[in-house]
Amino acid sequence: MLSKLADSTPAMPGLMLASAAGSDSQRTLYPYVTGTSVVGIKYKDGILLAADMGGSYGSTLRYKTVERMKPVGKHSIIGASGELSDFQEIMRYLDELILNDNMWDDGNSLGPKEVLNYLTRVMYNRRNKFNPLWNSLVLGGIKNGKKYLGTVSMIGVHYEDNHVATGFGNHLARPILRDEWHDDMTFEEGVKLLEKCMRVLLYRDRSAVNKLQFHSETLINVNDKLLLLSTAFEWLSKMPKFYTHKQIAKITEEGVTISQPYSLKTFWGFSAFQNPTVGAEGSW
Amino acid sequence: MTKQQANWSPYDNNGGTCVAIAGADYCVIAADTRMSTGYSILSRDYSKIIQLADKSLMASSGFQADVRALQKVLAARHLIYQHQHNKQMSCPAMAQLLSNTLYYKRFFPYYAFNVLGGLDSEGKGCVFTYDAVGSYERVGYSSQGSGATLITPFLDNQLKSPSPLLLPAKDAVTPLSESEAIDLVKTCFASASERDIYTGDKLEIVILNASGIRREYLELRKD
Repeated sequence: MLSKLADSTPAMPGLMLASAAGSDSQRTLYPYVTGTSVVGIKYKDGILLAADMGGSYGSTLRYKTVERMKPVGKHSIIGASGELSDFQEIMRYLDELILNDNMWDDGNSLGPKEVLNYLTRVMYNRRNKFNPLWNSLVLGGIKNGKKYLGTVSMIGVHYEDNHVATGFGNHLARPILRDEWHDDMTFEEGVKLLEKCMRVLLYRDRSAVNKLQFHSETLINVNDKLLLLSTAFEWLSKMPKFYTHKQIAKITEEGVTISQPYSLKTFWGFSAFQNPTVGAEGSW
Repeated sequence: MTKQQANWSPYDNNGGTCVAIAGADYCVIAADTRMSTGYSILSRDYSKIIQLADKSLMASSGFQADVRALQKVLAARHLIYQHQHNKQMSCPAMAQLLSNTLYYKRFFPYYAFNVLGGLDSEGKGCVFTYDAVGSYERVGYSSQGSGATLITPFLDNQLKSPSPLLLPAKDAVTPLSESEAIDLVKTCFASASERDIYTGDKLEIVILNASGIRREYLELRKD
C-alpha cells in the first residue's frame, strides 16, 4: 500500500510542462502586498468581524488605509488576509455571483453559507491548477435569523465555528476566544472581546497597524434597528478621547454601515521597557 | 539571479484518525472531530464521517480540502447511479467507485486516507480500507490517519480472528457484539489521544445495522 505522501513535494508533471512553455510567469509564486489577520465572532444578534487597515509590502508597512472587509450581497461580510490584489479579484468574482443571483429576480438571495461554499470551490480549483489566490478568507452573515461564520484558506481548507481567525489570529486570538467567547454576547461585549484580540495582535504581529475597522452583521427588525443604532452612537460618545473617530459597521437586513477607522489604546510604559539595559553589563 | 521557486505546497495535513469494525450484522465507523494544521487546532468539532448511501459510510482523514472534494464527487456519482438504476448503491459497489475515483487522480492524488464501512447485500458488516491512490481490500476492521499506527496493533491484538496476521484470516468479521465493538473503539481513541497530538477533542461513532443508523459521541482529551 502507498505510504503517506511527503507534504513538501507536490506532483510535478504539470509544473514541468508549464515552465517549458514559458508560462510560469502567469502563476502566483509569492504574495506582494499583504494584509494580516482577520478575526470574527458570532454574538447575540449576528456576526462581528475585525481587521486592521494595513497593507504590507514585505517588511514595509506600505499602505495604512486598506479596507480588508467588504459586504457581500444582502446577508454577508467577507474579510481577507493575504495578497490584496487577489482579494480584489475575489471581490470581482463575488460581484458577478451576486449580480447573477439578483438577475433571477426570484425573491431568493445567496446566504453566507452559499457564498462561502462558492469561495471554497474557487480557492480549491485555483490550488488544483497550481495558481492559488493567496488569501485566507473569513465569511460571516445571517440569513433568516440563522447566523453563519466560516473561513477558507488558500488551498481550500474550510470550516465553520463560533469564532474564526486567519494567519496570526489563529495563534494569538483563537486561544483568547476559546477562553472568553460565550453564546449570546451583547454587541458591546463582542466588540470588547475583539478589541482584546486585536490589541494582542497589535503588540505581537509585526505586520499589524494600529488602525482598525469593525464590521457587524445584525439581524434586527425595523423598530429595533433604530434602537440598536442609537445605542451604538451613545456607546461611541462615551469612548475616551484618545479614540479619533470610530466606525462601527453593522449590516442589518437593510444595509451595511461601516465604522470609521479608529485606533486602540496601547501601553508601552512598562518599567522593564523604560531602562532596558539596566542590569545588563556591556549592553547599549 | 536565479528565479525564485514556488514555496507553497498544495497539500496540508489536517490530521485525525478513523476506525471501522465490521460485525456479523452491524458496522461501527468512528472518527475524532479535531481539525488541525501544523501545531494549531482549527476546529474541535469537525465531522470526518459522511453517509454516502443507505448502507455506506465513509470516514476520511488527511487533507480536508481533498476529502471534501472527494465526498462531493462520490455523492454526485451516487445520485446519478440512483437516477440510472432506481436503487441505492451497495457498499461493495461504493467501495469500487471510491477506488476508481482515487486512482483517477493517480498523478495528483487526493491526500485522503479513507475507511468505508457499511452492510453488504446480505446484511453482514463490511469494512474497506484504502490508501491515497485507491488500493483497497475488504477487511474485518481497519484504522487510518494520524493515530492509525497506534490503533492498528491494538486492534490486531484484540480482534484476533479477523486479523490478517493469521494468514488467511479465520473470520471475515469480528465475533464481538455491537456494544463490545463500540467499547473497543472508545478504548482505541482514548489511547490514541494520549500520544497523538492530532487526535482528540471529541469522538463521533456511527453504528449501522438492520434497524438503521445511530450516532454516539464521546469527549476526548483536548490537549
